Amino acid sequence: MNEADPSSGGWFENVDREDAESVTEAIRTGSAESPAAWPERAVESGFADERDEYYEILHDATVRATREAVQEAERSDDKQLMHSIRAMDDCERVANELAERVAEWAGSRHEDAETGVEYARELAETDDDDPLVSLSRRVRDLDDEADALRAHVERTAPEVAPNLSALAGPVLAARLIALAGGLKQLARKPAGTVQVLGAEEALFAHLRGRAPSPKHGVIFVHEAVQGTHPENRGSAARALAGKLAIAARVDHYSGERKPELDAELAERIERIQARDVDE
Amino acid sequence: MSDLPAGVERRAFDGRESLATEGESVYGEPTVDGWRKWDVRRSKLGAMLEKGMDTNLAGGETVLYLGAAAGTTVSHVADFSGPTYAVEFAARPARDLLDAAEPRKNLFPLLKDARKPETYAHVVEPVDVLIQDVATRGQAKVALANRRFLDDDGRLLLAVKARSEDVARDPDAVFEETLTALKDGYEILETRSLEPFHDDHLAVVARPE
Repeated sequence: MNEADPSSGGWFENVDREDAESVTEAIRTGSAESPAAWPERAVESGFADERDEYYEILHDATVRATREAVQEAERSDDKQLMHSIRAMDDCERVANELAERVAEWAGSRHEDAETGVEYARELAETDDDDPLVSLSRRVRDLDDEADALRAHVERTAPEVAPNLSALAGPVLAARLIALAGGLKQLARKPAGTVQVLGAEEALFAHLRGRAPSPKHGVIFVHEAVQGTHPENRGSAARALAGKLAIAARVDHYSGERKPELDAELAERIERIQARDVDE
Repeated sequence: MSDLPAGVERRAFDGRESLATEGESVYGEPTVDGWRKWDVRRSKLGAMLEKGMDTNLAGGETVLYLGAAAGTTVSHVADFSGPTYAVEFAARPARDLLDAAEPRKNLFPLLKDARKPETYAHVVEPVDVLIQDVATRGQAKVALANRRFLDDDGRLLLAVKARSEDVARDPDAVFEETLTALKDGYEILETRSLEPFHDDHLAVVARPE
């Protein structure tokens, strides 16, 4: 490895060309301040017999190193994100459920018992060796775990789906990917399906003829829908879903960040929100 | 109209003339007798050649290509160049870049960040041509940071994407700002809009100063 003297080191210095692992490692993690006539140096130092041979070795080394890096990046991809967001939802749901139990139990003992995860957190801090306090601590730990998972989702979703995360926010992006069963699956869904992802119950009720069609699924939490007058929320949700579907396709098929999508969405929503409504 | 580099020819595909290079097919492009159609609508460098810009490319050069994406353009570049180093930052397109690189022994793919040249200067040698097509903010900064790879009489072939800098601003203002920043290390030789092949892109030929 050449970390010792990054100013002068070519990737091949102190590398055994027969050792594929150290070769890819050198390509992937090495560094140098400036380029140099590496092919000549490699021949001079005896790493390769001649330029052509050096390029042959370099070709195999860069292809292998890049393949390895690509595979690593993809392994930490949409399926991992789906597990994270589902685990986060599980932790939140269970924490809330247990907090309800804590509130009920505490109410049988204290006049001033409150409800919710926050109250369980308070109880968890008390210095009692008591099953109720112990249960409260489980609620606190689950709530902490949910926070940690949320931070993880916020960090990884932009790597998996940069455009979708920019438009929807990382948590909603992860939720849409999880509901669709993967980024590829989401990329293949029509915008109308994206619009009602997470509202399956209402959608099927509608299809059976018992209810109006749902205007939105999980995208309801998005500012573009929330910040729009209820009368126009259907339009806002449709416009948002259209852009999210495009963002998912760009993320899946090219992976390139397209900032113009953000501007297009903002512009559409602005126009919808500017519409007159009957108060 | 300046000459095409050796290894790039105008060939007929379905009766219509197009740029073409000789090499293994990569992305399902039409081929005739081993010559691959180089679609200038999908390639900013192709558009620069089509528009007759003086790129100074003769063929056989050593090349550093920044923003190789899925390898569409860089596969053609490798067909008519010498050692070609292809830097791409995003993993997903790099998967396709690998397919282009595999059969081309002179094409070296690197999953690296073009804003951090020190992470690949231990692999890339000094080059005759620096081609840059990155979709990131600070395109002039990237070109300046990578100037260290370029020989004194080498050329920077740059496609500036206005919308990558600022989607809301007037493209001409973005171009002007980028060119001003570039002059910190380059002498601008030629600029041209890539319309109608690419909207809101300015092609720049420059040499280190």
